[in-house]
Parts: sequence; C-alpha cells; structure tokens
Amino acid sequence: MPAATVEVAELTRRFGDFTAVDALTFSVHRGEVFGFLGPNGSGKTTTIRMLCGILPPSAGVAAVLGHDVVREVDAIKRQIGYMSQRFALYDELTPRENLRFYGGVYGVSGSDLPSRVTGLLDRFDLQAAADRLCGSLPGGVRQRVAFAAAAIHQPEILFLDEPTAAVDPASRRAFWDMIYDTAAGGTTVLVTTHFMDEAEYCHRLALMSRGRLIACDSPAGIKHALGAEMMEVVCDQPARALDFLVDQPWIRSATLVGTRLHVLLRQEGTAERLRATLSAAGTPPHSVAPAAPSLEDAFVALTADAAS
Amino acid sequence: MTSSRSSPATAGEAEVRARRGKDSRRLRANVQLGQIAVEARSLSCRFGSIQALDGLDLEIQRGEIFGLVGPDGAGKTTTLRILAGLVPPSSGEAHVAGIDVHDPEPLCDRIGYLAQRFALYGDLTVWENVCFFAEVFRVSTRDRDERAVELLAMAGLEPFRGRLADQLSGGMKQKLALTCALIHRPEVLLLDEPTAGVDPISRRDVWRILYRLQAEGLTVVLSTAYLDEAERCSRLALLSLGRVVAVGTPDELRSRHSGTIVEVVLAEATPERLRSARDLARRAQGATGAQLFGDRLHVVMERADQIDTFVAGLREFVTIASATPVTPTVEDVFLQLRAGAAEQIPSPLAGEG
Repeated sequence: MPAATVEVAELTRRFGDFTAVDALTFSVHRGEVFGFLGPNGSGKTTTIRMLCGILPPSAGVAAVLGHDVVREVDAIKRQIGYMSQRFALYDELTPRENLRFYGGVYGVSGSDLPSRVTGLLDRFDLQAAADRLCGSLPGGVRQRVAFAAAAIHQPEILFLDEPTAAVDPASRRAFWDMIYDTAAGGTTVLVTTHFMDEAEYCHRLALMSRGRLIACDSPAGIKHALGAEMMEVVCDQPARALDFLVDQPWIRSATLVGTRLHVLLRQEGTAERLRATLSAAGTPPHSVAPAAPSLEDAFVALTADAAS
Repeated sequence: MTSSRSSPATAGEAEVRARRGKDSRRLRANVQLGQIAVEARSLSCRFGSIQALDGLDLEIQRGEIFGLVGPDGAGKTTTLRILAGLVPPSSGEAHVAGIDVHDPEPLCDRIGYLAQRFALYGDLTVWENVCFFAEVFRVSTRDRDERAVELLAMAGLEPFRGRLADQLSGGMKQKLALTCALIHRPEVLLLDEPTAGVDPISRRDVWRILYRLQAEGLTVVLSTAYLDEAERCSRLALLSLGRVVAVGTPDELRSRHSGTIVEVVLAEATPERLRSARDLARRAQGATGAQLFGDRLHVVMERADQIDTFVAGLREFVTIASATPVTPTVEDVFLQLRAGAAEQIPSPLAGEG
C-alpha cells in the first residue's frame, strides 16, 4: 500500500452559518494525480486552502505529509507548491528571471539555483522562450512557466487551482504531460477543476457538491460504480421525447446531447420499456443502444442521490 | 432589380453576371424566408496590434444551435460581440436576422445576447429583473407576462419569483439571465460561454431550454472552450487564430479524423508504468500520437490494421488489461486540424523529442 501524503477526516469549514466544506474524509497517495471536481461554490478551493494551511478548519483534522494543518503550518509550507488560476508571473521578467525570483522566495540556496532553473527550463521545453519577456508569451507557455515556478523548490506536493482554464487543447495536453512526468517522479499533485473533460486526466477524483464529497474513485471506477445502464437513443423530436422521459421513476437521468438522448436507467428500467414509452409518447425511437456513461452522467446521478 | 436591357457583352461576362444575379437573388430569398439567421463574410477585427478576427466566414441556418469552439484568443467572444452589434468589424460584413450589424438599433429587437459576465440586479427579485429587462426591450405588459410565465416555468424559477437575484445559486442566476435575454422573443440568441462554472444539473436545464426554444425556431449561437459542450450543438465551427478551420455537425467533424484511436488500459497501472507506456507508444511504428487520460492511454494509429502489431509490441514491456478502438472526440479532430494547419504559430511548445 503506497504511503498517504494527505489524510483528511471529517474536515469542515463554516463561514458564518454557511458550511463551505462539510465533513470531508479522504486520503491521497504519494505520486497520485488527485482531482477535486465540482461546480463553482462546491468547496474545492476552500479545501485546498485548508490543506495549504492558509485557512484553519472549523472542525475535523487534516494531515499533510504527516503534519497537522493547524499546528505545523510552517513545516507544510516548505514542502508544498501552489499554482493558482491567475498564475502570478511577472510579465516584465523573462521565464528564467521569474524562476530565479521564485527560487529566492522559496529559499532555494544561491548555489543550487542556477542549475535548478536550467534543469526546469530543459525539462519543460522552455529553453526557446527562456529569455523573452513573459508578457509576450502565449498562454500555454506562461502556464508551463508558472508550473515550473511552483515546482522550483522541489516540493513533495503541488496544488494546482483550475490550472488549465483558457488554454488551447494542444497546450492543455502538453501541460498534463508535465503533470504526469512530475507525478512519476514521486510528487503528489492535487488539482481542482469544474470541467468534466479535464477531470478525466486525474488518476483519482473527489466529486464535490455543496461542500460534500459525493464520490471518491478513479474516473472509470466512478462511472462503473453507478451500476446503472446507459442508453443512447435516436428519435425524431428528441426535445419532446425528453420531456416524457425525465419524469419516469425508472429513469435515473436523461439528457439531450445534440440529436441523441442519453438515458441512464434504473434497475427496473429496460431498453424495451424505453422503446415502448417513446413509442407511446409519439416519438418512436430509430435506435436504442447501450453506451458508456460520461463523468457528467455520473456526477448528475450521484448529486441527485446525495440530495434525496 | 437588374436591368432587363443590358448592354452588349461577351457571352462569358453575361454568364458570370447572370450567375451572380442568381446567387444574390437566392441569398436574398433565403434571408427573406428567414432560412439564414446569421451570415458573416470575411470578418476581420483588429484591436491595436492584436488581430482578433482574420477573415472569418459563417453561415448559420435558422433553428440551429451553432457552437463556436476554440481556445481563448481564437476569436469566439469578438465574433459574438460583432454579431450583437457591440463592436464594429474592421472589415467584412455580417447580417443577423437579415439586419446589417452596422445598424445596431434594429438589431437589438431581434437578438438576445448574454455576455460571459452578465448583469443581473442582485438587489432586485427574480420577477423584478424580468420586468426590468422587459421594459428595456419595450415588451408590452401582456406579452411580458405571457412570455415570463413560460420561461420561468421552463427554468424551474417559478417558485423563486420573489427571491433576490443575489440569493440564487450560480446555476439559477444563469437561468434567470437566460430568461431575461429571451423576454423579448429574439430570433437569434447569442451566448458567450453560457455554462462555464455552472453545476452540471443546471447546465442540463440550460440545454433543455435551448433545445425547446430551438424546436420553436430560435437560432442559438454560443461559444465554448470545452468539447463536451460542443457535442451538444447541432453544428460547430472550430476557430483558431481568428479564422474558421472547420465547420460541420459533431459527427461530420469526427468523421474527418484520420486514423484510429485505440484506448489501452494497463493492469496494475502506476504513474511510472503509465508514463513509460506513453513514451513507448509515441515511438511505436504507425503511431502518430499518444496521450494519457488518468489511467488510460489513447494512441492514434495511422491505420486500423496496425493496432494488433502495436498492442503485441507494447505487451513486451507492460501488462495490458484491454485495448479497444474508441470514437475520436471533437478535441481529437481539432488537434489534428491544427497540427496540419500551415499557419500554426511557431511556439516553443513543439514536440516531445
């Protein structure tokens, strides 16, 4: 069993009478890429801020690298790196200068610093841009510089808060390569995102809704654990058909994706029943075929379960 | 319109003129019948040194839910702002619901526009917000009441009429903003990243509203940076650097993907094993790319008949639980088209050696 680098039990944070994070319990292993997936306001950033020791919990405990997030904040801060959505790079400095600056901030010793900067520039393919002003670089490149800056002091854990919002798909894939390479070197990576497709990149995910953990598993595991059958339906007037389907008790969720309906059945639901209902509604299906549920299907179904 | 007594001309010129006349007549007829909801020709837009749009063409039929897809800086927001009459193009022309975008006054009545950061009044209730926007768009009280009942019911906001907008959840705010943008029954609705950051249930609600209104003939043009949203559109334009690089239904775009994608799942996957499998795949014969998605590896093969050899080769080094061909996503197509585009910006992002 790999060692846990983050262990959290009943972690809670209240702001006045609002519970932003509600009794979270989970652990993250060394070298894992662990994601927090949820909409805005679901408690992702609050959780990360507590794990970084920036925000004290209202209740519960959290240990990061074996250190308590309340009593041993200083020990934690030396061993973690943090990259926010608006990565704080200095536009009027070059990537090389930014890395040197952050190395100084994080207390990397003067003699180690130049070689460490060169090492990161090489590793993340940043040499060509190393001496241009950051302000003039494309978003994807800036993002990689920010990642390198957060990793300059070789932290045990990297926290990435919505890191790839707003970059193009090619840069995003390149960025995830960097994350995987870093994780393969033993660094644990914790990422927040509200994008379902981005969450597919994580080894394991915590699905969050209104401050609560509604599932914690690999993306495939979460979909599998749904235990429900997904059907893809092609029919005329799918928007009308959808209106008939959403209220059926044997249907867990239904949604329209372009011209196709995605219907998640409950145990008592069958393809035959689906065909019969659609025909009775005046929208007989051209086809009903099993399909793989998406992470969004899982999220919607699990959120609904948690609410009821 | 054209003069019947044309001056003597060569057969070729006459033919060209006749064809041009026919084309423009057909176009006018289409616009009059309301078949074309949005038309843009060679739109360019420059802000200082930034070329936001660089000769963008679009033709959107009435009743489509049309997605503008691309990364930040591709020109999505600028396109929507031009179509909404908020920014004049530097060159080129555009018509929305038959109206020239240089004529923003009449355009306002025919379109709805929802910016990324929309303005609801937080200290007004749901109903007061609806009334406010109805007044701005000079909707009669009777029309307003009729339309509002329908829209609020669709959005599931009827029970919250009296609640302050500030006290709504993010998803409910989004649905209220949509209601306000639709209160004057626009023909064309322009939405800039309508569901970014919204919870998935509200997001499905928003799409359900759009599909219903589509069935009534509304045309929707929306921008998105994310492919799962793109899959919901009836047609898409993939934008890159201010230009359209491809247009089609999601299925049509997927069919333009050359090669086969095989999904490899490793037994006992660890981050190190996954990474080495990826690196092996990238060097394999017939493989044009490999990408990790969590514990799965996607490898693009030039031809389907190369899969068996590839998988057998990979098995020499790692234990494979399964290897199955998967359908390419819109993102896969986008990446392939971009990689093939001649005008790709030289960036230090290149290659993985």
